[in-house]
Amino acid sequence: MSDETGDRRTGLRSTLASVGSDRGRFAIGNLLSTNAETTGMTANSGSKAAETTAAERTTDAGADSGAEMSAADRPLGSPRVDDAIIESRDLDVFYGDTQALQGINMDIPEKQVTALIGPSGCGKSTFLRSINRMNDLIDVARVEGELHFHGKNIYDDDVDPVALRRKIGMVFQKPNPFPKSIFDNVAYGLRVQGKDDDIEEKVHQALERAALIDEVEDKLDESGLDLSGGQQQRLCIARAIATDPEVILMDEPASALDPVATSKIEDLVEELAQEYTVAIVTHNMQQAARISDKTAVFLTGGHLVEFDDTNKIFENPESDRVEDYITGKFG
Amino acid sequence: MSTDTDGEFEFDGSAIERKRLYGKVFLGLCVSAAMVGIVALIALLADVIYESWGWLTWEFLTYPPSQVAEHFDPENYGALDTGPAGMYPAIVGSIYLIVLTAVFTLFLGVGAAIYLEEYAPDSRLTRFIEANITNLAGVPSIVYGLLGLAMFVRALQTGASLIAGALTLTLLILPIVIVSSQESLRAVPDSMRQASYGTGATKWQTIRNVVLPEAVPGIMTGIILSLSRAIGETAPILMVGAAVSMFTPPDLTSPTGAFSAMPMMIFEWASQPDAAFQHIAAAGIVVLLTILLLMNAAAVLIRNKYDRRA
Repeated sequence: MSDETGDRRTGLRSTLASVGSDRGRFAIGNLLSTNAETTGMTANSGSKAAETTAAERTTDAGADSGAEMSAADRPLGSPRVDDAIIESRDLDVFYGDTQALQGINMDIPEKQVTALIGPSGCGKSTFLRSINRMNDLIDVARVEGELHFHGKNIYDDDVDPVALRRKIGMVFQKPNPFPKSIFDNVAYGLRVQGKDDDIEEKVHQALERAALIDEVEDKLDESGLDLSGGQQQRLCIARAIATDPEVILMDEPASALDPVATSKIEDLVEELAQEYTVAIVTHNMQQAARISDKTAVFLTGGHLVEFDDTNKIFENPESDRVEDYITGKFG
Repeated sequence: MSTDTDGEFEFDGSAIERKRLYGKVFLGLCVSAAMVGIVALIALLADVIYESWGWLTWEFLTYPPSQVAEHFDPENYGALDTGPAGMYPAIVGSIYLIVLTAVFTLFLGVGAAIYLEEYAPDSRLTRFIEANITNLAGVPSIVYGLLGLAMFVRALQTGASLIAGALTLTLLILPIVIVSSQESLRAVPDSMRQASYGTGATKWQTIRNVVLPEAVPGIMTGIILSLSRAIGETAPILMVGAAVSMFTPPDLTSPTGAFSAMPMMIFEWASQPDAAFQHIAAAGIVVLLTILLLMNAAAVLIRNKYDRRA
């Protein structure tokens, strides 16, 4: 039993190592990248917040600049990143009397892929949905603490969740295209946001970036529901990126798909990370290892246990529980 | 349940045969239960068609009624100074009644359903309202007739008018329309709403562009079926005071005028002692049933046309 586990662990590690070296992604972590210019949301949040997100952070990485992170709830690893676009501070989420998230403190770096992994019911999806305030749609859901987007707490009273969701797109677990034509599906966001000038070009572009254009170019007026599951999910990704948001949240986007469709989605996620910030929830640890730059491990009860570079989490996690989870001892 | 000690497999399954017999008896009972409905409908149709044979003419549809049974008889048409008799004002009255009821029901019923399903918080008050709407659906139609008489005819001074009849029928079918519309809205998958919100749509945009288009076929089916119930209702319009001796059709432009309606005429004719009126009533029933079946057919067509599973 223990031998077997050991073998599996070694196997996983070597896989990871090879993935890491092959793609040469882990070491990069584009440290001092460009996030000073992207402060569209913060127009009315005051200049103070905008400054803290960009300039100061670069000098003293990991120190307490930017939004404060309380020591008690700090997860293991390095929950602070240099170019954070989203900073969660002591974020609690309750569904009625049940607390689904316990004081989450972590950052999501800009234009990278951040994976949220953990067993079922650990709160990773809840955390994802609190980033674009989709939890607002659930009557009994209640959020405490702060979640900063470009340094502005999105749970402030003056933040309109609809405006927020126009900056932070979402792709859901089960492909959910509208029962409309492929074109109208992609155009939906553009139309509701009033960005419907040059709509044909924008739809075309979104389908191209979602790596779907070759398969649907001749049948844009056919129903989106006639596509295969994997195509539907890429259609949903096209719909999410058509309006050009800054962040794309993905809630287990490949869990309902076969391996071929899954690998297409994974390739796509890596592509998207060049232009967008991607936060992706996944059950599949190999997937997290393959595609993400940072990984957050949530364990039972809504605790964020460890957050760090993906290769650090998978090769040398600080927490024993995280190691057990990753090597498949539970979860 | 016998103890099978020799361990051999019984290929003929004679023990199962008994159980299978019970199954056949049960199936027989279910089939006869289903047949009762079909036989009753066929018997009813056959009877009224037989009774009305020879009395249902084009003139019956296009001429006003008469007190004299002979005026309805096609054999006498040529010999009449007053012209043939029929149920033209009642047919027009019923159609106007249904049109007005449809308009009121569409706004009130769908509006209430959208509020309850999409906007109302899941509070005790909401549940109380919903429970009472369901209860209202079970209230006898004569009670709605009395309500219409007290509220519209007397209190609102509409008199025994087309609008009073339409409002009363609206009250009658409103609970059914609300409940069926709510069910159609509820059947729209939540993933559709989430997809819409996820792209930055407002609540109104989500309801307008995603929820309603999905729910409209179901809502329309519910409304049409309710309207076909309303068109045949006699008790409410009887209470509100539909006329039986109207010789001109009601006017949609003056909805406070008197009106007649098909079930009212049928009721009136059926209670006449002269045996000839039984044939006239049967002819009226055939006309009413035809309109009713056409409306039901329209509901089925709409459902089939928009049902994506089909």
